[in-house]
Amino acid sequence: MTLIALLWCIAAWLGLSVFAVVVARTAIVGTIVYAACLAIGMLGLSAGLEHLIAATAPAETIILPLGLPWLGANFRLDNLSAFFVLVVDLGAATASLYALGYGRHESEQHRVLPFYPAFLAAMNLVVLADDAFTFLVSWELMSLVSWALVVAHHHDRENIRAGYVYLLMASFGTVALLLAFGLLAGPEGSYAFAELRLHPPSETLAAAVLALTIVGTGSKAGLIPLHVWLPLAHPAAPSHVSALMSGVMTKVAVYAFIRIVFTFLGPPQWWWALPVLIAGAASAVIGVLYALNQSDLKKLLAYSTIDNIGVIFIGLGLALAFQTNALGAAAALAMAAALLHVFNHALFKSLLFFGAGAVLTSTGERNLERLGGLIHTMPVTAFLFLLASMAICALPPLNGFVSEWLTFQAVLISPQLPQWSLRLIVPAVGAMLALAAALTAACFVKAFGFAFLGRPRSDVAKRAVETDTFSLAGMFSLGALCLFIGILPGFVIDRLAPVTQFLLSARLPVQADVPWLSIIPISEGRSSYNGLLVFLFILISSLGAVLVIHTFASRKVRRSAAWDCGFPDPRPVTQYSADSFVQPLRRVYGTLVFLAREKVQMPTPGEMSPARFTVTMQDLAWRLIYSPIVHAVEFSAERLNVLQFMTIRRYLALVFSALIFLLIVLASWT
Amino acid sequence: MDLIQPLIVQGAQMFLALALAPALIGFVRKVKAQLLRRRGPPILQPYRDLIRLLRKDVVLADNASWLFRAAPYMVFAGTWVAAALVPTFASGLMFSWSADLVAIIALLGSARFFLALAGLDVGTSFGGIGSSREVMIASLAEPALIVIVFTMALLAGSTQLSTIASFMASNDVGIRISLGMALIALLIVALAENARIPVDNPATHLELTMVHEAMVLEYSGRHLALMEFAAWLQLLLYLSLIGCMFAPWGLTTASTNPGGYLVGLAAYILKLIAGGMVLGLFEVVIAKMRVFRVPEFVGVALMLALLATLLRYVSSSQ
Repeated sequence: MTLIALLWCIAAWLGLSVFAVVVARTAIVGTIVYAACLAIGMLGLSAGLEHLIAATAPAETIILPLGLPWLGANFRLDNLSAFFVLVVDLGAATASLYALGYGRHESEQHRVLPFYPAFLAAMNLVVLADDAFTFLVSWELMSLVSWALVVAHHHDRENIRAGYVYLLMASFGTVALLLAFGLLAGPEGSYAFAELRLHPPSETLAAAVLALTIVGTGSKAGLIPLHVWLPLAHPAAPSHVSALMSGVMTKVAVYAFIRIVFTFLGPPQWWWALPVLIAGAASAVIGVLYALNQSDLKKLLAYSTIDNIGVIFIGLGLALAFQTNALGAAAALAMAAALLHVFNHALFKSLLFFGAGAVLTSTGERNLERLGGLIHTMPVTAFLFLLASMAICALPPLNGFVSEWLTFQAVLISPQLPQWSLRLIVPAVGAMLALAAALTAACFVKAFGFAFLGRPRSDVAKRAVETDTFSLAGMFSLGALCLFIGILPGFVIDRLAPVTQFLLSARLPVQADVPWLSIIPISEGRSSYNGLLVFLFILISSLGAVLVIHTFASRKVRRSAAWDCGFPDPRPVTQYSADSFVQPLRRVYGTLVFLAREKVQMPTPGEMSPARFTVTMQDLAWRLIYSPIVHAVEFSAERLNVLQFMTIRRYLALVFSALIFLLIVLASWT
Repeated sequence: MDLIQPLIVQGAQMFLALALAPALIGFVRKVKAQLLRRRGPPILQPYRDLIRLLRKDVVLADNASWLFRAAPYMVFAGTWVAAALVPTFASGLMFSWSADLVAIIALLGSARFFLALAGLDVGTSFGGIGSSREVMIASLAEPALIVIVFTMALLAGSTQLSTIASFMASNDVGIRISLGMALIALLIVALAENARIPVDNPATHLELTMVHEAMVLEYSGRHLALMEFAAWLQLLLYLSLIGCMFAPWGLTTASTNPGGYLVGLAAYILKLIAGGMVLGLFEVVIAKMRVFRVPEFVGVALMLALLATLLRYVSSSQ
């Protein structure tokens, strides 16, 4: 029944899209569409939640008479898809709530509204699809609709370029997945997932499928070096769509990876974990280093998504490694950590994009060098953005810490692995994870500190006003969830048990039985964490300090000019800039990762020209991989260009010689 | 009875940390002064400073936000909770299971997060430079610390600090190279995180070399008192951490008789004195580094810690 309800939700979203095409230019329609999306999203959310809470609910399947005539459109709701339906529809509902307010500031409403409900429907379709054909069609629909949303503001040339790169990379990813499913199905196999589950491929074939899956889903999720489109496309879309793309669509790619690798490929080989772990660790560290060097708030958030996807893939790689060696509980721990991070990242990254959107509508700026001081004019947005920043930096007692902590605990079980290469790689991956966490803290000190703190760096920042109630409600609901999961993680971890049971036939100990609402991933003597107590300790000691100091010591406050070592300068330019903030970090890491070079040109004394400071940084992924490909394509296109302007005789000669050549090949073949 | 005693021990540790932190910093200053043939301020001077600061009014910059006023309390609370979870004279604390070593590091991370934000709030160049350098140093020191925790956790089979401490106190540890590396790494991290020479100079003002002092430059009165107190607590925390992991002698477990606590307390104070003397001596004989030498220095800690962990992985059998 739940599946039918979900399919009706999808149908309603698609209908809403058509409705929006017809009437997109009227003013009220935005409110109607977003309100309807919110209602449908809540419905889908409760359906997914219901399936997940009824832990023993059997998988439901439906075949609709659509698509390939001999196959139909298969849909299935099992524990894995129920969890991802939950993630997708939670994002959908909150984004729609936010858009009720944000959408009113949208200048290109008629380019956003028709595609928005279809985007939500497509993401739901992908996680419910139960045959390769439906899956790929939904996947492509998701790509195309989100592309349309990326280029909604097509007057900006940057956005057109972003859309172009996105379209190319999305098609490339789909091709990889198409080949992966082709290999899985074999020459006469069926494309229904039920068949694929029953007939795992041979060892070599499985390796090829794994490689194609990493490429296909990794390009959607933003694994390095397939990430190049992501920081262009995510910020280009309207902010609620950015939140969905970063927070939710990348998770749909994670879903595809889990679905293919953990349920179709049969028992894993030990070395499968290696590429996943390495790609995850590289994405985590390099992603956050990129994020640090951005001054564009939305670009910074997009790069930080790459970092978090890396963390998720580290968890998945560990789960693969443990599963190979029949360490069921450890695999369940790593998988639970990855899934929890999927959920957490969807929460706080959406919240951060909402905050960035609120700043954007209020000031028209997303450049950190022109923001500042917004904490005075937008206090609620600032508070919620701070909460999400703390969550993404993995600071207790918020939710990001719980998933990072679980991942660390999974890393610490790895000496039990018998393979030497894994035992050498995993501690290095753990160190990379710790490095990424520390750099994330630096990154979000920058993001929050330069957008919201300090003095306004431009007139628009000075004139900012607090955003509307609907936007705040959307942000608040996500912030409350971040805090709730951080304080009571055991509740959510227990809900993940059906998913790990389904994937790995193992689960974590029941956390609801642990006294004091602690979480204990393995055993009591090994490690435990209690978010509630940590939260209470912090609350009591800070409030206690306030109380004691205000009762027994001074409570007076005097306002005066800033001290600044006695030389305060009222001009906002004299503040530290976002770029100078990262300069030390750029020197430490950037010279290696980005080949960053700093050049100072000092005029000779007496000369009147200004001093000049230039920083050059190179994107190695572009330089080493993409530029050569672009050059090769351009080179061959230029060479083949002569074929376009030939006389009819030459064309005929060409066709004739091609025919002869093929006949010779055919003759020598048999 | 079996609930009240641990509660008292836990409470005693919390307030012991508060009570001893200023004395420790006073002692380190005294040692440094004596080594330089100066008389130096009395050991109790930090207490007087605290009381004087608490009595004074707060002078806030005109554009300071609520975050600026909340940050001292958040920094203090985060550091204090972390310090309360590190065994000082008795292990097996009542609430030790509520946060393991990774969580303690993350709590210190929260404190640092607010400290760095507070440095940016007023919008001065000094605050910015302090925050910027702080996150640069932390970006190396924090992973090093986590990897040190890996080493210890792999040895003791747990990330709970109490379990690690009782494992290190047991006889089956022996001398291991990985432990030596972890200790050196931890010492480097402790110097960096507590803004000591050679990474930062706690005694400078008005110089471009400072890190911690630059961030709290705009603070005054009770806010400054809390910020300073948090920094002192953090130094005490690191010495306790080194003490309970690498010198767990005299650490009593919760079950022993009250006399055991006195021995534990005496041992703890002796450890603090020894630690303070070593720190003072080290600071006197070494020069402050240029800021851009610091990453190399702290990077050594990260590499040593990683090597120690790899050694554990290599030497651990099935």
